[in-house]
Amino acid sequence: MSEHDSSVVHVSSVRLLLIVWVALMIGTWLTVSASNIDLGFLNIWVGLAIATAKALLVGLYYMHLRWDKPFNSFVFLGAFFFLLLFIGFAMMDSAHYQPNLIPGYSPGMGD
Amino acid sequence: MADQAHAQRDGLAVDHHFENADQQYQSAKLGMWVFLGTEILFFGGLFVAYSVYRANHPEIFIFGHHFLDKNLGALNTVILICSSLTAAWAVRAAQLRQIGMLKLMILLTILCALGFMGVKSVEYNGKWKHGLLWAGQYDPHLEDHGETSHDIIGEEIAAEADAEIVTEEMVVEASPALPAADPDRSTIAPAAEGPAGLAVEDPAAAEDTGVEVEPANAQTYFSIYFLLTGLHGIHVLGGIGAFIWLLLCARRGDFDSGHFTRVDMVALYWHLVDLIWIYLFLLLYLI
Repeated sequence: MSEHDSSVVHVSSVRLLLIVWVALMIGTWLTVSASNIDLGFLNIWVGLAIATAKALLVGLYYMHLRWDKPFNSFVFLGAFFFLLLFIGFAMMDSAHYQPNLIPGYSPGMGD
Repeated sequence: MADQAHAQRDGLAVDHHFENADQQYQSAKLGMWVFLGTEILFFGGLFVAYSVYRANHPEIFIFGHHFLDKNLGALNTVILICSSLTAAWAVRAAQLRQIGMLKLMILLTILCALGFMGVKSVEYNGKWKHGLLWAGQYDPHLEDHGETSHDIIGEEIAAEADAEIVTEEMVVEASPALPAADPDRSTIAPAAEGPAGLAVEDPAAAEDTGVEVEPANAQTYFSIYFLLTGLHGIHVLGGIGAFIWLLLCARRGDFDSGHFTRVDMVALYWHLVDLIWIYLFLLLYLI
């Protein structure tokens, strides 16, 4: 490998790629089965936990973050951090004005 | 340009502002990760819309998700995970200069992406036929369900038909009731003359059929559904384009030297598209 320093670049083994693939498949099966059981408010959190575990597998292994410079992970996680701020503040805000809404009365909406 | 292409074939292409090939590769990668971060924020606005509406009006989402086919969604998830495997394998092949394997993996990834779009178009077609569209285009009519391959469960169609009748009755009764809203609260005249907030949910009926009566503003679910899956679909189309470009590069011999940056970057993008779908499948299909 003339262009890339082999000590920096990580080549994934086929075995690892397949193991991650199997894990992702099991994860998909798990999410679908979990959605068929009624856990009340827990359903969404169980689903999100499984989805996040799958996302971590994709990020760490398929996207090589495990062997990458940590700064790349930092940049990526930074985007999620700001997304959480965005979602968090928007939900807090709407939760505050929600009780003041008049049912069936939505100026500026419709048509 | 020609010089550059030639140099890349020799595995020596380092632009003058880079120290060495490794620094050039790491810079490309950092740039790609910054781009992926902006992609997360790009989708972020729609995820905010989803979160806010779902937190305040969960009944709309529970109602709407009955019209999505969980099996088709799961099939698409499996297809995308397979394509992620082939994309990661393509990077490995490029790193090891296995050009034949690289081409095969790129081709498989493109096929998976086309398969995904195929399933998606079947789903969109079903929604289109039944008028389950966004905002103002939302006009559910499920009478022609027999002609379509899209399987909406029979009892749901019945529930939907009931809901429609309720809705029509409500429109007639609702109009005189509207001025009851306190005019001091707003100076803007009420524009919502539809059944907003008036199609009362009956929990007992919901238990009988297993399906809820159509809640007010059910179109919001479909607006969010089409925006999220549509934006994702555009990304899949972009990915197909990028992989076709990689295939052409591979045919031209660009990767013979072990130069794999392009394959790596496109694969990173593709994994992100897969990653977003993992959440979309959960949030839209499996409520």
